[in-house]
Amino acid sequence: MTPTLVLSLIIGIFVGLSAGYLGSLMVLKRMALVGDALSHVALPGLALGILFNFYPFIGAFVFLFGCALVVWHVERVTRLSVETIVGAMFTLALAVGILIIPQPDLLEALFGDITKVTLLDAVVAVVVGICAVLVTRVVYKKLVLGMISEELAVSSGVDFARTNLIYLLLVSGVVAIGIKIVGSLLVGFLVIVPAATAKIVSYNLRRYAVLSSLFGIISSCSGVLLADSFTLPSGPLVVVSGIVVFMATVFVRWASVRLRG
Amino acid sequence: MSDMTRIHDDDNILEVSNLTVKAQDRTILENVSFKVKRGTTLAIVGPNGAGKTMLFRALLGLVPYTGEIKWAKDVRIGYVPQKLAATDIPISVKEFLSFKKGSDMEKCLLAVGLDKAVLDRALGVLSGGQLQRVLIAWAVIDEPNVLLFDEPTSGVDIDSEEAVYEMLNALEHEHGITVILISHDVHVIRDYSEHMLALNRQVICSDESEAITRPSVLHAIYGPGTSLKRRKERSRPK
Repeated sequence: MTPTLVLSLIIGIFVGLSAGYLGSLMVLKRMALVGDALSHVALPGLALGILFNFYPFIGAFVFLFGCALVVWHVERVTRLSVETIVGAMFTLALAVGILIIPQPDLLEALFGDITKVTLLDAVVAVVVGICAVLVTRVVYKKLVLGMISEELAVSSGVDFARTNLIYLLLVSGVVAIGIKIVGSLLVGFLVIVPAATAKIVSYNLRRYAVLSSLFGIISSCSGVLLADSFTLPSGPLVVVSGIVVFMATVFVRWASVRLRG
Repeated sequence: MSDMTRIHDDDNILEVSNLTVKAQDRTILENVSFKVKRGTTLAIVGPNGAGKTMLFRALLGLVPYTGEIKWAKDVRIGYVPQKLAATDIPISVKEFLSFKKGSDMEKCLLAVGLDKAVLDRALGVLSGGQLQRVLIAWAVIDEPNVLLFDEPTSGVDIDSEEAVYEMLNALEHEHGITVILISHDVHVIRDYSEHMLALNRQVICSDESEAITRPSVLHAIYGPGTSLKRRKERSRPK
């Protein structure tokens, strides 16, 4: 096993864990598409990093969080559906990103590449991943309560707007670290599908959150290993692995329902 | 300006004066004033769109308003919503109740007539009556002294409805909890509450709950041609 592969696997574990865990909330919030589209915003940020020679993670994170802030604010003020705001804004960001990113870096930015990971990438992924999971753990119940009933949450003293903002900040961080191995076009997958898979077989929150994180780790690590074996871009292989896990879960659920009659 | 100051009169747990709530240039509540005595039950009645739920939202501090809402210093509010925004969330009853720092979960479930076996079930698979009881358990678990109850029995069958009100009555009598409830049901208003506040944007009538049976009051609330019999039939379908 090469040192690059070890670093990629470390990134894979922490990206899968944090994206799966935070994604479990995104799916419950019925914001799956938002999570996906949001990730595209990272592209212009990455491009600026490459063009002006600073760490692309910073550019991606700033763009992601900036856009999440705009959406959060516009939604709060206008009560427009988030999808509507997202639809226009994020495709524009993708278009601008593709226009300004240097051609040789385009594929890597869109679909991820594990051949160029550095020790710094791994350290950033571990730190951001752990912080995102720990902070989300603190606000998890509050966010779920808000989804069950906003009135119940507010009457129990939950500052709903602030909690949502913290969550968006964390999602931006997780998407930014995920880009390295999954790419900005596909990283939304890791936020959505592991959680959707876990939801099929969960009856309580604990199981749901644990399975979602676990499926995230399985998808990203299998993708990295397959990419290494076949010398292919890692992003699409993460997606394929995740879909296999999803379909297997659907089958298991279907079979158990049939067996029980 | 919104003002949520506290009252000093120990007899009242809530004093509302000149409460006005507007949403997008439309006045939903206008100059609403009333008081609620400790340990009593107040029923809020009125036609659809009268501003009943908005009144609750204002009382909970969820919407901006003008006028004054004064709660007693020692108030602890428990709120039971009309319905939940989402019921497809994989969460067990136990997890839901543990969101609040409550005393004894099992004791609380017993008080609302549920077996502890329900703790491990998902919130989304409960029947309407069970869910309503779990919501009441949620509201009372941290020992409130006021319960705000928004149409407690919408979507609940008639037997569960009786049981829910019997339970509310017991909470009121045994624990001295003040109950403020929104209801369409004349029978419930008359039998389970002491006072009523009829709303239709403004206060139409504030009286002993028995007044709801008077034709003049019914007409003022629901319009001419409404009789007690018809209200009963409509609100208590078989």
